[in-house]
Amino acid sequence: MSTPTPIYLDNNATTACDPKVVEAMLPYFTEQFGNASSMHSFGNKVGVALKAARTKVQKLLGAEFDSEIVFTSCGTESDSTAILSALKAQPDRKEIITTVVEHPAVLSLCEQLEKEGYTIHRLKVDNKGRLNLDDYAKVLSDKVAVVSVMWANNETGTYFPVVEMAEMANAAGVLFHTDAVQAVGKIDINLAATKIDMLSVSGHKLHAPKGIGVLYVRRAVRFRPLLRGGHQERGRRAGTENAPSIIGLGVAAELAMEAMEHERTHVKALRDKLEAGILAVVPHAFVTGNPENRLPNTANIAFEYIEGEAILMLLNKQGIAASSGSACTSGSLEPSHVMRAMGIPYTAAHGTVRFSLSRYTTEEEIERVIAAVPPIVAQLRKLSPYWGENGPVADPAKAFDPAYA
Amino acid sequence: MWDYTEKVKEHFYNPRNTGPLEGANATGDVGSISCGDALRLMLKVDPVTEIIQDAHFQTFGCGSAIASSSALTEMVKGKTLDEAKQISNQDIADFLDGLPPEKMHCSVMGREALHAAIANYRGEEWSDDHEEGALVCKCFAVDSQMIEDTIRANKLSTVEEVTNYTKAGGGCSTCHEPIEEILTKVMAERGETFVPAGAKKAKPAVAEAAPAKLGTLARIRKIEEVIAAVRPTLLADRGDIELVDIEGKNILVNLVGACSGCQMEAATLAGIQTKMIEALGEFVRVVPAAKAQAHACASHAHGG
Repeated sequence: MSTPTPIYLDNNATTACDPKVVEAMLPYFTEQFGNASSMHSFGNKVGVALKAARTKVQKLLGAEFDSEIVFTSCGTESDSTAILSALKAQPDRKEIITTVVEHPAVLSLCEQLEKEGYTIHRLKVDNKGRLNLDDYAKVLSDKVAVVSVMWANNETGTYFPVVEMAEMANAAGVLFHTDAVQAVGKIDINLAATKIDMLSVSGHKLHAPKGIGVLYVRRAVRFRPLLRGGHQERGRRAGTENAPSIIGLGVAAELAMEAMEHERTHVKALRDKLEAGILAVVPHAFVTGNPENRLPNTANIAFEYIEGEAILMLLNKQGIAASSGSACTSGSLEPSHVMRAMGIPYTAAHGTVRFSLSRYTTEEEIERVIAAVPPIVAQLRKLSPYWGENGPVADPAKAFDPAYA
Repeated sequence: MWDYTEKVKEHFYNPRNTGPLEGANATGDVGSISCGDALRLMLKVDPVTEIIQDAHFQTFGCGSAIASSSALTEMVKGKTLDEAKQISNQDIADFLDGLPPEKMHCSVMGREALHAAIANYRGEEWSDDHEEGALVCKCFAVDSQMIEDTIRANKLSTVEEVTNYTKAGGGCSTCHEPIEEILTKVMAERGETFVPAGAKKAKPAVAEAAPAKLGTLARIRKIEEVIAAVRPTLLADRGDIELVDIEGKNILVNLVGACSGCQMEAATLAGIQTKMIEALGEFVRVVPAAKAQAHACASHAHGG
């Protein structure tokens, strides 16, 4: 059997490096290997290229000054730096506001800080993954060191109203950070017009390489570095610059701006076609998150009475790459915390599949996926004790009620 | 992506004996939809000989849950109920050429479904005897519930004891932080405070100043003590270890029985080596005697 041409629909996990990005990076491994800090021509050219890259990232984020851009090693480092900086700079403030559906980069850090004595307010979401801003207003106080809320959820693509929330934080005199790794490059962002104080970017989510991130720090926001040492990044992030990756990210930022319109129209249309195509044929399946207000590239579909990893394995056999919020894909026992937070029942939470598109996704690929999914779902449901001849067994809890669990 | 064996994939892509079984006279249901996996095993048992004539399954679960179920139905056919009852979860995993440690619970579920079906046939009550927690030790597939229960039942208070009782933490040692957290929690229940091993040692170390270098005999005794201390864990796993020789920094051992050639061999040796270094207060290598020759040559080449 010939291997089918692969279809990559897992772009919220990571993206392919754009060939133009790779091309721009290559000279900086070989002839332009100098250290930007050095006082000779080897370093000088690198310094000039870094400055150009910084300007490109500044434009993508709509930041007022290029000195507000701090290069880091990844999104997680940016998140940690932002939150820990806010705590260090304001030692009297012992509270943090975040949400129950953040990425582990924020949630795990907050869990650790909780053990160290900080109070963490985790805002809840409704069944569509939306926040209640009244709840938020209630916990905003001068005891809060920082608010950290993601711009768009990685699993469902659902947006949080970060611009509005930053205004509220600002009015209360509280720093506001947003993990925007899924949003940057996919939607227009104009930080200069917002009250957002800090924002995290991850290069590999927008066709730049892995191992490069950005923390935007608004001018005059009090800041304490995570890594101290050399004077790189104006002393805010010590360590020799990852020059090739920074330069690659600059090119990726430029390309993302060029593709923004395509993302908003074409990619969104393909995503909508994929969802509609699957849901028209597969019963007992639904879109999770808020379909009215989300990233243009993300579709998260729950297939009831079957398990996500099994779906992924059968998709993978046909060359289709996606991801799942099932417990089994992560090695944990609980399905995705995002699905649980939205109150998605267990019958569906284990069977969620995320398809995340990119500007490289084609219509032909989407048609192949639409054709591939229904038979896979039917095949697994046929194996499931919760599924009868033509639908779920009547009252599944009663029909299958083991002594166990 | 999980590193599934070809056999797991084959049984997942082409599961045997699926769907309801006509004339089934024994059914075992285990798992639940909230856990993410559930299995119904159906058997057709000859009432006279108690031989399992046919077996089918229905499974809600991941790739390895479906493969384990399929394997189980193949394994039990033609066996008597008593013979089938001897099948362990390890047998199911072995039938599939192994399962990733995170997925061993799929084989446990298979064994439980089998026991539930046999109990159902005999009109007995069956209840599962364990709850499962999150996987803590990836080297030996030990979950948090198992660690918690063992700490509680045996009043354990150190990571080392947890390793001796459950094997958790005996391999790569990266799970010592979560084990310490479980110790802290369970010890608090009985009104005790967990003290990390390092913190305990630090105080006498100051008083003793630098530990005197061990004499040859004392050194050999210490090495033998460490070997003796790890043997029970290995014996429990149908393996064993013997000290062969000591060549300077190299401690030559033979791993025998189930341990020899097992994929955990390297992890086991690394764990023993860590204990040796702690006990002796010097750096040593624990090397399988069989490989020692090659090893000696290699270190020679790098010497100088």
